[in-house]
This record gives sequence, C-alpha cells and structure tokens, in this order.
Amino acid sequence: MNEPATPSVRLADGDLPAESARDSTGDRADAATPALEITGVVKRFGTVTAVNGIGLTMRRGHLLALLGPNGAGKTTTVEVCEGHIRPDTGTVRVLGRDPLAERAALRSRIGAMPQGGGAFPGVRAEEMLRLVASCARHPLDVGWLLDTLGLRECRRTPFKRLSGGQQQRLSLACAIVGRPELVFLDEPTAGMDPQARLLVWDLLAALRADGVSILLTTHMMEEAETLADHIVIVDGGRVIADGSPRTLTASDPAVGHIRFRAKAGLDTGLLAAALPEDYLVRELTPGTYRVDGHVDPQVVSTVTAWCAQQGVLAEHLHVGGRDLEEVFLELTGRELRS
Amino acid sequence: MSTAGPSAGNPPSRFAPGTFAPAPGAGSRIRMLLEHARVETLLTLRHGEQLLLTVLIPIALLVALSLLDVLPGVDGAVTGSGGTGARVHEVAPGILALAVLSSAFTGQAIALGFDRKYGVLKRLAATALPRWLLVCGRMVAALVVVLIQVCLVTLVALALGWRPELSGVLPATVLLVAGTAAFGALGVLLGGALRADIVLALANVVWFVLLLAGGILLAPSAFPQGIAHVVTLVPSGALADGLRAALIDGATAWTSLAVLMVWAAAAAAVATRTTRLT
Repeated sequence: MNEPATPSVRLADGDLPAESARDSTGDRADAATPALEITGVVKRFGTVTAVNGIGLTMRRGHLLALLGPNGAGKTTTVEVCEGHIRPDTGTVRVLGRDPLAERAALRSRIGAMPQGGGAFPGVRAEEMLRLVASCARHPLDVGWLLDTLGLRECRRTPFKRLSGGQQQRLSLACAIVGRPELVFLDEPTAGMDPQARLLVWDLLAALRADGVSILLTTHMMEEAETLADHIVIVDGGRVIADGSPRTLTASDPAVGHIRFRAKAGLDTGLLAAALPEDYLVRELTPGTYRVDGHVDPQVVSTVTAWCAQQGVLAEHLHVGGRDLEEVFLELTGRELRS
Repeated sequence: MSTAGPSAGNPPSRFAPGTFAPAPGAGSRIRMLLEHARVETLLTLRHGEQLLLTVLIPIALLVALSLLDVLPGVDGAVTGSGGTGARVHEVAPGILALAVLSSAFTGQAIALGFDRKYGVLKRLAATALPRWLLVCGRMVAALVVVLIQVCLVTLVALALGWRPELSGVLPATVLLVAGTAAFGALGVLLGGALRADIVLALANVVWFVLLLAGGILLAPSAFPQGIAHVVTLVPSGALADGLRAALIDGATAWTSLAVLMVWAAAAAAVATRTTRLT
C-alpha cells in the first residue's frame, strides 16, 4: 500500500496499517482473478451424484449461462458457488476467495436469486426488499426498483399472494438491490410472462454493461443465446460443452436445414428422391417438414417445386444453420427427461 | 436469432449506463438489526394463528381460571399479596410464563420451520446480514412480542383484581428476559433442525405438555415430591415458579434464574451446530 498515512491519524500499534495493506493488495490480486473459477467439483446426495466433476471459469464482467435440462446439476453448482453446499471434492473460487471459508468477506459483494421463494410467506413485497436493502451500504433506491420491475401496485401484498412472476421479480430485485459485483441467478425468468422476460433481459444486459459479473442458469436456449458471453452446457452433472454462443453454434458448411409448414401427410419420399442422396427429409410433427443437409439455392428451388407439385404452399419457410437448440439437443439427447 | 453479444443491434436500454455500477459493502449493523427485528415483529403480530396462541389463549385462561374454581390448590388463600383473596394472584404469574412459552418457543419454532421451508434463511444468508445478527434480530423481535403480551396480560389481570408485590417487579422482569432467552433458544433449536410440518406438530405438543405438567397451571408443589423437583428444573416450571416467588412474595428466585440461564446457554450452544438454512 503506497498511500501515505494521514498525519492526523495516529495509530496505537502497527496492526492496523499492516491489516489494511494486506487488504488492499488482496483486493488488487482479487481484481485480476476471474469472477468465478471452479475445478473438479463433485457433490453427491446419498447415492445420487448431482455434480460430477464440473469445472468452469467466468471472467469479470461477463455473463455466463449455465444451460442444461432439469436435474443436470445447475442449482447444485450455483449453491456450491454461493457457499450453501460444501462440495465433496474440487475447488471453488468466487472473486478469488473460498465461498465457505471466506463467506463473511464475500457476502456483501454478491447477490443471489435462489430458485423459488426466498421470502417470508407473510412479508409484504416492499418490506422484504427494504430488509434486504438495509443490509447493503449503498443500495439502489427501493421505490425506483419496485417501479422498474412493475411491483409498485403489489408492494403491500404479502409474498404468498404474489403471482409466480411477481415473486420472481421481487427475488431478482433482492439479488441486485445491494449493487453487487457478482450475481447468481437461478432460472431468473422461470414463470414470467413474455413482457416481464424482456424486461429482465434488458435489466441483465444493463447489469453486464455496468460491469457486474452474472452467472445465470436456464434451460431456455433463447435466453442463453441472447444474453450470454459464455455458455456452459451441463448434463448429468458434467460439462458437455463450453464456449461462446458463436463458437457453439458455428456451422459446419455441410450442415444446414430447411424447415417449413405445409399440409400434413405429404409424401416426403418424392422430395427425398428429387434431392441428392445425403439429404434427410422428415415430417417432424404433422405439417412441419425439415430437410437436413447443405442448403443452396438449388435445394430451396427443389423443395418449392415439390410443394408446387403437391399443390401446397410452403409456409414459414426457414433456412438455417445450427442454432443453440440443435446443439443442445444433439448433446443432451432428444428424449424427454422426467 | 442473433448470436452476437447482448448489446449489439438491440434497441436502446431503458437503463442509463452506470445505473447498476457495483458499489458493494455491508450496511450498518444497527440498521440491519432494527430492520430485521421490525420485520420479524410485524410478521408475528400480523399472523392470526400466532396471535390466538400468544395472546388470546393466555388471556382466556387468565380470565377463566381467575373467575372459576377449577384448579386444585388455587383458592386465593395466599398471603402477602394485598390480601384480596382473589385467585388471580396465583394464576397471573403462571399465565405470564405461558405467554413467554407461547411466543418465544412455540411461535418462534413454527415460524422458523416455515421460514426455512420457504427459503427465507437462504435468502438472508446471501445478504451481508451476519448469522449472529440474524439470531439477534429474532431475539429482539421475541422480546418486543413478550413485552406486548406482558402488558396485555397485566392489564387484564389488574382489572381482575391482581395486585402484584411491587418489590417483585424487577426480579420478575429479569426472569421474563431470561425465560425469553431460554425458550427462544429452544425454539430456534427445534425450528432450525426439523421439517416444518414436524416442527409444527412438536411445538404444539410441547406447549400443551408444559402447560399441563410443566409447572405453569399447577405449581410444582402440587405434584408429588420427586416429580415436583423435576418440574422446577424444566424451563416452564422454573419461569412460572420464579414469577410466583417474585410477584406473590416479592422474592428473587435465584435458582429459577440460574435454571433458565443454563437452558438458554445449552440450547443456544446446540442450536448453533444443528440449525440448517433449509
């Protein structure tokens, strides 16, 4: 610490300056470390292995989306990062610190939105937010935050009588009211209507633009693709893909698809016959058709000619490369999870 | 769908840049404590079933037992308490102990059990509120609720002709605080360890057992010799007995006070190890 001591301050012993020097170098080292760094984390609950060797790194000021189907280990991973759960093995560093051993030092720097609830059943929305705000040194203005998140009308409503979406918005407000450096959001838009979801996406983009590091879990591809700098796909407690939305969806030129809607039950055999051999033609659901393979104008023309031949109009014709949903389904399998 | 970064090509944000610039730090401890205690107190006072348990039942028992001759050995024939010969002199101290048992133990345990179930503790643990402050906030709230209960019970008892021994008011106050600490710690111990519905059942059963056999309705002296000794060692017996000694005889029951403090310390020590956030 190079700051000269203020002459008017006299210290009785040498402990204090040494202490603050340690703190300040600690903070400097701290700023260079990733917002989040976990390696080899394993957590078992009885015979169930919820997290099976997850490792990931989140840079400061980034938004990382932890994407995965239900039961993939997303919530357990977040709770390990929050210091609620002690992992069986592995190391976790949150802002360069151990979330269990250095909990007290971290708590005022992070915000968290746990899944489902997180408020006294009888507490009024505004009371809960004011209580959480009172724990922070420089909280956001509670009235403004209630207005912003559309909670003004229900500020005197007990938590248990708020709708699912209102509870989620209040919980999000509680997570950010203390102006944290890092926030953990566990399925922040679950149960929200489309307007509220757009509002939250806008809010998350603003937080990120202001330098807040954000870890969010979601099973919505669109959410991860729209917001994230970095996506980590988990399944069965393991990381199965890790990268930016662009690298994850980077398309192999040979891979593409055409999707369109038309009358159900058309003869796809004829179309397959009209296309080169390595093209796959399927009726995904009645009336939704999909052609997989390299897409060029000639192929599109073949598809529309086939439609004309069948006397139908191809509606919602969509030409695409891989989107995140496909990457996700490829990696996690297509069968429905319980 | 765009795969570019969140800001690229999106409509302008409704938030001015810098709105959420990080400024972390813990709030003032005294504000956290007061805000937490305030919310906890309001929640208790707003909760209908809790009020039934903590205010209406004690007052109904006070009135009934003072007016009707139903308790064996309670006949108003006590000395040194204004000599009005009313049963309320013997009944009121026990009812004050019941009020503490109801709110600090049963109400507290049930509320904590459900707060855990609904993730409140996890939420508060994610703020800068330290755990010890969380406990202190609950304790302050419990003391405020006990104060309100004591005022109401006292007013009704005075109306029924109660004239407590004034020299016993100070020891009684100390006993009520120690009793709140003991029952509060036991309530946290129970409410912090088990599932909410089990807490609900157990807390009510314990309330009922202590009411009948824990020295509240019947003084320990009404029990057979060996059992009487045990009753003075349970927190309800110690509190009720100590309050009787103070408010009827103006005496300071040091033994009762010591028993309560041992319970408070032991329960708090165990609770810090067993209390879970969820």
